[in-house]
Amino acid sequence: MSEAALIRAMVLGVSTGGFDALKRLLGALPGNFPVPILIVQHLSPETESAMAALLDDVSALRVKEADEGEIPVAGTVYLAPPNYHLQVEPDGRLSLSTDPPVQYARPSADVLFETAAAAHGPALAGIVLTGAGSDGSVGLRCVRERGGTVIVQDPSDAVCDTMPRSALQAVTPDHVVSLKDLPELLIRLTSAAPRALQPMDEHAQ
Amino acid sequence: MTEEEIQAIEIRLLLDGVFRAHGYDFRDYSEASLARRLRRWLSSSGCTSFSEAQGRLLRDPEFFQGMLGGITVNVTEMFRDPGFFQCLREQVVPHLKTYPFVKIWVAGCATGEEVYSMAILLEEEGLGERCRIYATDIDLKVLAIAEKGIYPLGALQHFTRNYQKGGGKAAFSDYYSARYDHAMLMPALRNRIVFASHNLAVDGDFGEMHMVLCRNVLIYFKAPLKERVLGLFNACVLPGGFLCLGIKESINGHAISPHFQEVVPRMRVYRKRYV
Repeated sequence: MSEAALIRAMVLGVSTGGFDALKRLLGALPGNFPVPILIVQHLSPETESAMAALLDDVSALRVKEADEGEIPVAGTVYLAPPNYHLQVEPDGRLSLSTDPPVQYARPSADVLFETAAAAHGPALAGIVLTGAGSDGSVGLRCVRERGGTVIVQDPSDAVCDTMPRSALQAVTPDHVVSLKDLPELLIRLTSAAPRALQPMDEHAQ
Repeated sequence: MTEEEIQAIEIRLLLDGVFRAHGYDFRDYSEASLARRLRRWLSSSGCTSFSEAQGRLLRDPEFFQGMLGGITVNVTEMFRDPGFFQCLREQVVPHLKTYPFVKIWVAGCATGEEVYSMAILLEEEGLGERCRIYATDIDLKVLAIAEKGIYPLGALQHFTRNYQKGGGKAAFSDYYSARYDHAMLMPALRNRIVFASHNLAVDGDFGEMHMVLCRNVLIYFKAPLKERVLGLFNACVLPGGFLCLGIKESINGHAISPHFQEVVPRMRVYRKRYV
């Protein structure tokens, strides 16, 4: 079985330049994308977030702020609420916490990645995109240690390259991609199994 | 078996032991946060594994207190979610004013930021002379900090912005005096507050209340413990009284849900129905 067939969930961390990056990524993914995507985007804790609604408008996927206790489902993107950490419980449910910021960040990608890796092990893909700082690096190492797939945006393609660079120093990635090629990669990583089962599906486009 | 799986077993055993030896029940706390906090505490404890820490935890009360502090502290700020405090001023205070005396329970008050926020709000809304705030937490050490009402000066800037956005009616600096790098809140605010130890996981309810505030505490509990705590709150909130949860918490799907209605959508301010 390839890595592709295994993936059950994706976690993504992004900071500076994040809104545009997410608009492009989520705008390019199909509505039937087969796994949930959990996202930490750093925002000022004092801004009321309209981000979920804005991204929902441009994406065929459903984009919402994560609610505590909910079970993530395919075709849906969950954003960490401003000023909370987003976590994955061992049973896969989402939980929130107001624990102190990690490396000045709340939500923190490290917290999301670490808890998601514990819950999903090899069935997780962790993605770090453009951003300042080093959030996500420790988390990606957890993803790797538990056998998950590690994806980092090509630093030369990032609006702010420190987060991807830091990630590449922390862990050897499975894939380094530009934002333009990322949607296709994610589709390929998750669609091998279903496609193989339905080779005749005309709507698979 | 992986190291993580072994650690999960160790944590289970440790929580069982702690409950039997000390009566503190963390077995129904959400695992992701608790495991992260426990690991952080372990790395500062001088022990190399939870199994090693277990023996000391059972026998050494001081060592146990250290663990308790490490895993129960809830971090908060004054006037967190300014919109919520605005909503209290506009939608809740007018009802509270109809009572001759108002009793409010802040459950899981941690280091007290929310308690003093309430005290200031009630003062400004003219209820200062006729209210009492019961502030409880599981951890005696954080209660001692709450009682002092002294916070790092650096945090005050942020509190001030929150206060102003939340409908504050004075200059926030009227409420504290700064010295060196700390700010002490006006001692008079404390006159309305009773600090007490209370464990939501095992203790009973707290008498009749006009309002209960418990924000960002339930997110740390699993469903059965959440259910228990909401039951406690329902038992002590008077009909027509209020229950306030964190912005990302909800009573939906819980047994007490039919007894309350949400006053303002998304603010998690619930009013108890009369029938």
